[in-house]
Amino acid sequence: MAIEVRIPTILRNYTDGAKAVNAEGATLEELIANLESRHPGIKERLVDDGSLRRFVNVYLNDEDVRFLGGLGTPVSDGDTVTVLPAVAGG
Amino acid sequence: MLSISQELVDKIVAHARADHPDEACGVIAGKDGVPERFIPMENAERSPTFYRFDSLEQLRVWREMDDRDEEPVVIYHSHTATEAYPSRTDISYASEPGAHYVLVSTRDEHEVEFRSYRILDGVVTEEEVRFLP
Repeated sequence: MAIEVRIPTILRNYTDGAKAVNAEGATLEELIANLESRHPGIKERLVDDGSLRRFVNVYLNDEDVRFLGGLGTPVSDGDTVTVLPAVAGG
Repeated sequence: MLSISQELVDKIVAHARADHPDEACGVIAGKDGVPERFIPMENAERSPTFYRFDSLEQLRVWREMDDRDEEPVVIYHSHTATEAYPSRTDISYASEPGAHYVLVSTRDEHEVEFRSYRILDGVVTEEEVRFLP
């Protein structure tokens, strides 16, 4: 079993157009490293300088990981991680 | 070109007026590029110069659109003291390549500016808006 990662439209060029891909890891950080090995380039769109980019929302199941433990958030088989670019502006 | 019903335009403008002087924001969901379902969003920043969708509300709404096979056809927000043209931050955070970005300005109490843009890779292209009865 693995963890399902839901990919937003704007990042699907890294996943050959797939809306969802599988990855593995015990924490979100490991999961993203694993994702990077399968889909090179994607990590930089999610992480900057050791933390999640400010305008990218990452959810573990129904929670925003910012309110859990950021990149250190534990993840396990059967979880769903959703990535959504924040909708923001001035 | 954006084709949108007058009823949806009126809803966007009413939302922008109601939240003035803070910026208002939201989505019109639809299929095949046709805007249909009005979804006003909370501006988590509650600011006259910035907007950001509340992250949990966004997850809920994006999932709902997914379940209904809809897409965010229009993403709108208001400017409350400046013209209805995308700001630098609007351009750098634009992340829905398929969406029409609608800007409404409420700086004038009586007249409203309603304009639509495509924002792709940092490039803004204004487009014609056709108001449908």
